[in-house]
Amino acid sequence: MVRVEFLGPIQKAPLELEITNLNQLATILQDDKDMLEWLENSAVAVNDTIVNSLDIEIKDGDKVSLLPPVCGG
Amino acid sequence: MLKLYDGALPVSKILKEWYEEESKSNYGAYIPFVGTVRSEDGIDGLSFDIYEPILESWFSAWQDKAKEKGAIIKMAHSRGDVMLHESSYIASVFSPKRRVALEFIDEFVEDFKASAPIWKYDLKDSKRIYALDRSTEIKGSGILGVNG
Repeated sequence: MVRVEFLGPIQKAPLELEITNLNQLATILQDDKDMLEWLENSAVAVNDTIVNSLDIEIKDGDKVSLLPPVCGG
Repeated sequence: MLKLYDGALPVSKILKEWYEEESKSNYGAYIPFVGTVRSEDGIDGLSFDIYEPILESWFSAWQDKAKEKGAIIKMAHSRGDVMLHESSYIASVFSPKRRVALEFIDEFVEDFKASAPIWKYDLKDSKRIYALDRSTEIKGSGILGVNG
C-alpha cells in the first residue's frame, strides 16, 4: 500500500492506495472534483523529496505528499 | 539551527541566545531578520501549519550552502496562532564578513518564501482562512493536474 497525504489547507483524509506510479495517482485524484484545483497548484513529494515528473515508480510502503502553495514568515 | 515554537516567538530571548552562542565564534557580522504580524485587512492574527520533514531537509541544504561561504544560518518559526504585533519568523546569518551575510539573508528569505513547506492562514472573525492569494506554488507544482 502507498500512503497519500494532503498537507496544509487541503481538507482531505489520507488515502491508502495500491498504485505503482504517479500517473495512476493522477488518474485517481482527477476523478475527485474537489481536488482538481489543488492538483493544478500543488507540488508532489515521494518519501519527503519533491519530484518534478510523474515518471517515477513507487512501491509498497512509500509515502506521497501533496503540498499546496506555501507562505511562511 | 532550526527551531519551531508553538505560538508567538520569544524574540528578545532568541536573538540574545543566538548572539551569545556565537559571540566568541569570530563572526564579523550577525544579521537577523524578524517577521512581525501587521494589522491589515481586519485580521486578528495569522496561523501556520508546517510540514517538518521537508522543512528540515530544505533548511539543511541551505545550511550546507552557508557553510561553503564560512557562514551559518539560524532560523525560528511559529506553529499555530500568532496575534497582531507578535512575531512568527526569525532568520539570522552569521558570517565572517558583512557583504556575504547581507547577500545571504536576502537569498535565504526569498527561497524560504517560495519553497519552505509552511501554510499561512488569516485569523478573522473567529475563522482560519487559507491565504492562497499571498502564497507561492512550489517549483514543480501541478504535475498531477489535468494539464500537468
